[in-house]
Amino acid sequence: MPLLEISQLKKSFTGPDGFAQKAVDVKYFSLAAKTQVALQGESGCGKTTLLHLIAGILKPDSGSILVAGQEMSKLREPHRDRLRAGTIGYIFQSFNLLQGYTCLDNVLVAMSFGHGANRGFAEALLKRVGLGERLHHYPRQLSTGQQQRAAVARALANRPKLVLADEPTGNLDQRNGQASLALIRQTCHENNAALLLVSHDREALSQFDNVQQFNQISHSSQMEMSA
Amino acid sequence: MTIWSIVTKSLRQHALSTCVTALCVALAGGLLMSIWSVEDQAQAAFTGVNAGFDAVLGARGSQLQLVLNAIFHLESSPGNLAWSDYLDIQKNPNVELAIPMGVGDNYHGYRLVGTTLDFFHRSQYAPGKRFKVAPGGRLFDATLREAVPGSFAARKLGLKPGDKFHPFHGLIFNERNQHSETYLVVGVLEPSNTPADRVIWIPLEGVQKMSGHDPKAADQISAVLVKLKGGSTLAGFQMDLLYNKQGNRLTFAWPIGRVMADLFDKIGWFDRVLTLVCYLVAIVAAASILAAIYNSMNERRREIAILRALGARRITVVVAILLEAASISALGAAAGFAIYGAIVMVVAEVMRAQTGIVLDPLKFDLVLLWAPAVLILLGALAGTVPALKAYRTEVAEHLAPIS
Repeated sequence: MPLLEISQLKKSFTGPDGFAQKAVDVKYFSLAAKTQVALQGESGCGKTTLLHLIAGILKPDSGSILVAGQEMSKLREPHRDRLRAGTIGYIFQSFNLLQGYTCLDNVLVAMSFGHGANRGFAEALLKRVGLGERLHHYPRQLSTGQQQRAAVARALANRPKLVLADEPTGNLDQRNGQASLALIRQTCHENNAALLLVSHDREALSQFDNVQQFNQISHSSQMEMSA
Repeated sequence: MTIWSIVTKSLRQHALSTCVTALCVALAGGLLMSIWSVEDQAQAAFTGVNAGFDAVLGARGSQLQLVLNAIFHLESSPGNLAWSDYLDIQKNPNVELAIPMGVGDNYHGYRLVGTTLDFFHRSQYAPGKRFKVAPGGRLFDATLREAVPGSFAARKLGLKPGDKFHPFHGLIFNERNQHSETYLVVGVLEPSNTPADRVIWIPLEGVQKMSGHDPKAADQISAVLVKLKGGSTLAGFQMDLLYNKQGNRLTFAWPIGRVMADLFDKIGWFDRVLTLVCYLVAIVAAASILAAIYNSMNERRREIAILRALGARRITVVVAILLEAASISALGAAAGFAIYGAIVMVVAEVMRAQTGIVLDPLKFDLVLLWAPAVLILLGALAGTVPALKAYRTEVAEHLAPIS
């Protein structure tokens, strides 16, 4: 059974003209556990919306999202929150670190919503991403690359089965972007987490063996992807 | 990491607005507690102080003025009564003790009160407590120009045994109205925490025969302090009937506590206005909490969205906001005790100087419990509006990259 399985997923938003605008229309997509897949798509094609749907942040108009055997789209919000906290790690393009929290606290707060705060593991994660000397630094005291690494550590805080990464190199220069991406892939691998990355950055995508086109899964009749 | 950690981080993150808002609450709490407590204590003190007497006999006029003049040493005397009136009431079978008093002079604003030694020897200002002269002094000789100031007056005037002074005519100090007589301080009363502390006691004859006083006043007195036998209510009614209903020349102010309670009833509207102002201040403080948190909601909604994306439930962020609002109130309420202490100490000092009534800033009053509780509740209530906004925060909408 795939870790993530999406079928007939639709999501629309009401546009400024009052008409519904289709954001996501995925026929079928699946991802096996411990695998890494990149989805390539241009800006505005619905990549972020798809990740939000997978994470249960948004509710689809129709369709199915199975995450670790649970139907995300059918769960009530508190259960979606719990499933997201315990099973999914999320790396945002703009990192979305909590500014009033230190690196360590950013990781600990994520843990508190999942399997419970574990200071030792949080420190180990931050050391692993090279922030062992920056545990008590606030995001504003970190470089962009360091903030990205803190976000990676936070995404892995609850030993998630699935890590979603939304344009993780979007705010980094090419060298830092490559290093950061390598770190994400390596740490996901070390933590046995599957990785679904969405990006339009060809340099970033070139690191993946399995790169899929967003428009292909959206429009093809049925396309199963399993790495 | 608990909800409490989230709250404390938010309070620290918004430290300035937290402090300013907590200060508003502290002012509200301090005002509310001090006004309530001072009012309670003052009312209890003014209606409870009677210098150990049940009634005051004086010239026809206001009972309140009579009590204020003879017991609290405030206000002027409504007039004089004849020495024979004193002798009459002294012989009344309902009367256990009658002490004559004369006023009309001051020393630098502290009034001189003439009385007999019976006031010190026979009266008790509180059960089992008599006025005593501090070690190193003695009571005045009723036939000499000797004075015994109360402890507060002595301290303020710097008078000590052996000092001499010239009294001034009238109850208000005017340096041109100095009497030629010289009085010798022979002792200082020990503190009694009653209005007696802020006057200078001299022999009754001294007031009656002070140079410049009307010679006709030589056998007159200002008032008679009366203690009824066993504090009898029946005796009080009889005396009330005798002097107030049947007679028309004198006033019998009885019971002293009721006369003062009437005063508080009359000024009750002022008390209610003051209390209303306090409530309004408390509401304004609660509104400031609402404004402080609500105004920062735009910035907070991104953080709320991040917390939600990390798995926080809606109820978690709602509780965090409510707790934050209640915490600001709690901080303010705690600081309010300092403001309460400062206000009550100042008021107590002023009241002691003006009336001789002593307030205890450390005295427990129920308002010290319920006022902080109400403020915290109001704060939490004020937090419901931003909490509702937090509840409705659309996560996806606020997670978008900041350009």
